[in-house]
Amino acid sequence: MSEPRTLFEKIWDSHVVAATPDGTSTLYVDRHLVHEVTSPQAFESLRLAGRKVRRPDATLAVADHNVPTTNRAAGIADPESRIQVETLATNTREFGITYFSMDDVRQGIVHIVGPEQGMTQPGMTIVCGDSHTSTHGAFGALAFGIGTSEVEHVLATQTLVQRRPKTMRVSVEGKVPDGVTAKDIVLAIIGKIGTAGGTGYVIEYAGRAIREQSMEGRMTICNMSIEAGARAGVIAPDEKTIAYLRGRPMAPQAKDFDAAAAFWRTLPSDTDAVFDREVTINAGEIAPQVTWGTSPDEVVAITGKVPDPAKENDPQRRAKMQRALKYMGLTAGTAMTDIAISRVFIGSCTNARIEDLRAAAGVVKGRKVAASVQAMVVPGSGLVKLQAEKEGLADVFRAAGFEWREPGCSMCLAMNADRLEPGERCASTSNRNFEGRQGRGGRTHLVSPEMAAAAAVTGKLADVRALAPVGR
Amino acid sequence: MDKFNKLTSIAAPLEMINVDTDMIIPKQFLKTIKRTGLGKHLFHEMRYKADGKDNFDFVLNRMPYRNAKILLAGANFGCGSSREHAAWALHDFGIRCIIAPSFGDIFFSNCQKNGMLPIKMGELDVQFFMQTATKGGEFTIDLEKQRVNLPNGAPIPFQYDEFAKHCLLNGLDDIGLTLEKAADIDTFEAAQKKTQPWLYSAKGAA
Ligand code: SF4
Repeated sequence: MSEPRTLFEKIWDSHVVAATPDGTSTLYVDRHLVHEVTSPQAFESLRLAGRKVRRPDATLAVADHNVPTTNRAAGIADPESRIQVETLATNTREFGITYFSMDDVRQGIVHIVGPEQGMTQPGMTIVCGDSHTSTHGAFGALAFGIGTSEVEHVLATQTLVQRRPKTMRVSVEGKVPDGVTAKDIVLAIIGKIGTAGGTGYVIEYAGRAIREQSMEGRMTICNMSIEAGARAGVIAPDEKTIAYLRGRPMAPQAKDFDAAAAFWRTLPSDTDAVFDREVTINAGEIAPQVTWGTSPDEVVAITGKVPDPAKENDPQRRAKMQRALKYMGLTAGTAMTDIAISRVFIGSCTNARIEDLRAAAGVVKGRKVAASVQAMVVPGSGLVKLQAEKEGLADVFRAAGFEWREPGCSMCLAMNADRLEPGERCASTSNRNFEGRQGRGGRTHLVSPEMAAAAAVTGKLADVRALAPVGR
Repeated sequence: MDKFNKLTSIAAPLEMINVDTDMIIPKQFLKTIKRTGLGKHLFHEMRYKADGKDNFDFVLNRMPYRNAKILLAGANFGCGSSREHAAWALHDFGIRCIIAPSFGDIFFSNCQKNGMLPIKMGELDVQFFMQTATKGGEFTIDLEKQRVNLPNGAPIPFQYDEFAKHCLLNGLDDIGLTLEKAADIDTFEAAQKKTQPWLYSAKGAA
């Protein structure tokens, strides 16, 4: 009998094209996603070297980071952004790569588009010049972010030279309490292992609380693997995964689908497979989470308080906490629910899928955005937007006073016109609360879509479980 | 790619942990379609005040560190996004070697792809280097011998990945190296096409 293997090991082993005795492997890449920010220099070098794209059929490009979320008809006002998006259009045309332009209903955030089109499948290796490529691991694919030089390498050779990472299993056992979402689970994991806790590892998320998540929830969890330092996160494919993929345009069709599904069912980690590190978390103990600092591991339960740096023994950590509190304009000991916010952002590759919008709309329905708050919803793709409009979610958001925008990365990184002003405080469903991430001097609190909705209607960081029922 | 062999320079101590790529190069500078010219925006929010003037509290704005080719940093340096612009900005500023207790994975490899040498060393070593660096004097990094030589000449060994070292020492173009394995890639694809034909027939991207 062969050695028991983890899901990751099965994928890795089946993609090694060549291995060297010093431990590096040339790994085959099944699918490559491309966006406008990290690809221009790669195409340029390819052109200079006279090289071709090896598998244009396995490559898909979409503009997402720079695109405006209002008045698309007017084009892109910022000249640099416009040039970058136009460059992607030209490059994909020249090299024969499929490109979803801003006017295509399938356009959206690259990590939402891939799964939505059925391009993301179990057992695949998937890369993109973007760290949140880890999202695709929710399907049981080995998916990770790469830099521009590696983008060029994949375009030219359809492979990458990699050293095998270590494996970690994070088991979230038990059942999550009501009002606790995938976002809260992953923030709690990051809070526990830290932003470098996963460095050098591929994390497999397992346990009942993970299995019970929808595909959307699983994507939210894998998405933030990189915030725990791990380049990739994976979740075993199951019948939910298969059902999600059936009938999607880029998924295998007809008889091919059944053959593929049979193969996908062989992928989950063997029962006796051994991981280099095991972490267990009790789902029952997780409360809705909110970050207080400028690193995703600076997180507490919404029922908690801003922590006190004086109680931190490690001098470097203490300095980091003090800097974070100063930047965030917070005082140690303040109850999280006493913190007023003025902006709300529901969007990003972490939380802008249809299920996220349904959950947020469920909280918003029958309520109004607080007078002191400017709130917006940026759907993850054109198809998510359309679906939300069909279901009446857009009307719910608009009636409450939310702005309803066009799809893109938007205020997740504020590369387009959507950004915080210095000192503005935002409840955001995105993934990074770094200094300046949402605009210079902007203050970000990471939360779930439900919690963002609760903050919008109360004007403060709020425990969604404690909202008074909507009066009839 | 530039070769990296030996480097002698003063070292700038940046005593912060979790320095993310958004800090190294903020998003407003990612709109470029070139690799060069990013040095002036390196650490933009920390290096410049709101009115655009230099912030002299920041180490790289102070002499002699403005000319440092070596950066000493706290743990988890370069965490966050995959933007290679972070490595390009450091390179353009003149940094060729970064020493820290740990790094963001993608950033680490991005540096190597640009002929820069990121070195992981123990927490205590890095702290000692930082103290030494504040007294001035030049460090010498010898990749071949895998040593950091202190200003007083004392050699401190470090570990390095063999393949990465080989590429850096010789300034190798790794795409060229991989293309030499084209036959292996062909063989792999032919085999995969048999076992998982749907990966080639799906209405993909084409
Ligand atoms: S939504 Fe945010 S995290 Fe996701 S790809 Fe866009 S910028 Fe990156």
